[in-house]
Amino acid sequence: MSATSTAEPAFVAKTKAGRFTDFVDSRVGGSGILREFGRKVFPDHWSFMFGEVALYSFVILLLSGTFLTFFFDPSMAETHYDGSYTPLKGVEMSVAYSSSLNISFDIRGGLFMRQVHHWAALLFVASVAVHMLRVFFTGAFRRPREMNWVVGSVLLILAMAAGFTGYSLPDDLLSGNGLRIIDGVIKSIPVIGTYISFFLFGGEFPGTAIISRLYTLHILLVPAMILLMIVLHLFMVVIHKHTQYPGPGRNDNNVVGYPLGPVYAAKAGGFFFIVFGVLALMAAFFTINPIWNYGPYDPSPVSAGTQPDWYIGFVDGALRLMPGNPFGWHVEQVWFGHVFTFNVLLPALVPAGILFTVMFTYPWIERWVTKDDREHHVLDRPRNAPTRTAIGVAGFVWYCVMWAAAGSDLIATHFHVSLNDVTYWLRALFFIGPIIGFIVTKRVALALQRKDREIALHGRETGRIVRLPHGEFIEVHAPLDEYKRYKLVGFESPQVIPAQPNEHGVVTRKEKRRAFLSRWFFEDRVAPATPAELEAAHGHGHEAVEAAEGSKSLTH
Amino acid sequence: MKALSQKRRHPLAAIALLLMGLLVTGGLYAAATSMNEAKASTTTASASDVEEGGKLFAANCATCHGMGASGSKDGPSLVGVGAAAVDFQVGTGRMPMQMNGPQAMKKPVQFNEQQTSQLAAYVASLGAGPAIPADDLTNGGGDAAKGGELFRTNCAMCHNAAAAGGALTQGKFAPALADVTGKHIYEAMATGPQNMPVFNDANISPEGKKDIITFLKQIETTGSPGGADLGSLGPVAEGLFVWVAGLGVIIAFTIWLTSRTS
Repeated sequence: MSATSTAEPAFVAKTKAGRFTDFVDSRVGGSGILREFGRKVFPDHWSFMFGEVALYSFVILLLSGTFLTFFFDPSMAETHYDGSYTPLKGVEMSVAYSSSLNISFDIRGGLFMRQVHHWAALLFVASVAVHMLRVFFTGAFRRPREMNWVVGSVLLILAMAAGFTGYSLPDDLLSGNGLRIIDGVIKSIPVIGTYISFFLFGGEFPGTAIISRLYTLHILLVPAMILLMIVLHLFMVVIHKHTQYPGPGRNDNNVVGYPLGPVYAAKAGGFFFIVFGVLALMAAFFTINPIWNYGPYDPSPVSAGTQPDWYIGFVDGALRLMPGNPFGWHVEQVWFGHVFTFNVLLPALVPAGILFTVMFTYPWIERWVTKDDREHHVLDRPRNAPTRTAIGVAGFVWYCVMWAAAGSDLIATHFHVSLNDVTYWLRALFFIGPIIGFIVTKRVALALQRKDREIALHGRETGRIVRLPHGEFIEVHAPLDEYKRYKLVGFESPQVIPAQPNEHGVVTRKEKRRAFLSRWFFEDRVAPATPAELEAAHGHGHEAVEAAEGSKSLTH
Repeated sequence: MKALSQKRRHPLAAIALLLMGLLVTGGLYAAATSMNEAKASTTTASASDVEEGGKLFAANCATCHGMGASGSKDGPSLVGVGAAAVDFQVGTGRMPMQMNGPQAMKKPVQFNEQQTSQLAAYVASLGAGPAIPADDLTNGGGDAAKGGELFRTNCAMCHNAAAAGGALTQGKFAPALADVTGKHIYEAMATGPQNMPVFNDANISPEGKKDIITFLKQIETTGSPGGADLGSLGPVAEGLFVWVAGLGVIIAFTIWLTSRTS
């Protein structure tokens, strides 16, 4: 529009606002962008909104965090507290802790902002996690969205990094203990660990540099990277368009939903304020991170109930679960005159390493196994991908076992059980929980698929029992309408692809492995009912009922 | 010196040496413990209190602790535990114990104040031990900030920084300290009930104990400046809250926003 408008007689808007808008539009082409975006179609489903929640939480984090930077001083210089919280009056502490206390007690609205910031941080990571679970279980990571899945995974790690660096800033006892654990984990890395720790802390832990370094990371580097990744993430969402749940009229070539403007934009804008409102209410009525309880950091005391924020909890839990000498073998070993603290190294890095490696590579694993390189814009219902769903649940259970272990002491006190028993059970579940989760989920998914198939073929049970002339009783099944039936039969069901020879006619070992996995994935699949099966089943149902009583309601 | 070196191979030399060693260590131990004993002002108890206490003891406690509190296989001897221990255990309802378990649980108090003090007088009469502390040590009025520091260094690792309690091994636990009287807190420190270590006067001075009580009473009366404290249990409670309540409300809104008016 703007390119061609110069040749025509100049358009003059009637109102002042109109002239202003035209001035801007003729220079930046805003209306074109608006038109393009305003027509962008988004499918409607509640489970699609967690990414939005994460984005809004992040915006709230930026706003509240900016406020906090005005008053926070990341110095580790020693001072004596002179604020208005009397139980800490005159206590020796770092300037960082003192300024955090001042934000809480002496800056107007400071405590509220601190609590908004912290609750928003917890909600941010939680909504990222739920968003990722949704994407995984619906298969939204498949082509063309594999790269966006990776960007999302990076965002999860960055969110955790942002959270942890922020958690450490107040320099209270709780955050100091968290840092001490991180220090221990770093030092357990063979050969380079000690050097990294000294480099990070500027000498022996805790030193006098770490808070200001973490502060720089927390307010500069990590948020900048998160912002960059969010831009990439959203950019790819625009390119790929949004996925949609299966339904009549929806396929891989269209998107069925509402355009962004005006209804959706209004909804999304309103939703931002809903998220903000929920967080504000939480911050106003519920304490989070009461740093005044914990006191200043001192390397000697560790208070009961010392845990990281929830998203680091699984690492803490894995550390808690690790036995010191399982089966009489000392996990801490001295080799070549050096101490190898495997009792810290293994639990801190291995489970997280496995989780993240599988998370990052899963789109490619599934692509390799299924040889499916087509574009997918229609999502899977989780039950229609039983093996994937089972893998996801197994991973989720594994995570949750470690997560629960981080709260083992509170499980013990609140359920009146022995802390030792909690640990033993969780150790067992660490190994068998994912297996049980996998088997149960797969069976449930297959059973649901069979039920779907049954309903598609024979209709819904009506609970109406009819007696036939020759004395037989039957239950009348009502056929589904076509929309409902589509949902039950219109899904892709990949089959086992046996090992295939390559261009030299050789079946490689890798291809055999793939074939093995393909069998493992799909050998017990429940195929969707085919049109022929549907026809046969319905014909049969018809006959029986018509023979019964000249059915009135069961035609289709 | 010559006589000593000649007699060192005497058959009784080893025994003499052993006796000498035992005497020295025993003497030193006695001196050390009496030095570290929690010394608080003693409440005077009449002979009739002791007698009544003896009767109560025989009727209610001797089954496990033995006649004369000399102990049995079911309960330890109470000679020398002091009046403070009895006042704490009986005064908080932990004794008489309801059943065996990882530790005696707090429950409704079984004896009235007079009976408790009679029992305490009786047990105190059996051997010297920490006495019931004077009111000026247990009614607050100390330095809360100092008490907070002492609390965080000595108590918070089991009782939690906000005194909300915490887990110990094998089903044992450190209880929450809200609603515990200053006297009972003091007595617990002086006598080390259940799985709690003894904090004698050399470890934490009576003034320090007073400061700790002041601190605990102050954080209890101040309440939580940031709103509901979610049990003061730290990040686990916060995480649970954000997942259940925070995300729960958000999900309710997402369902509302994406529902159609049909």
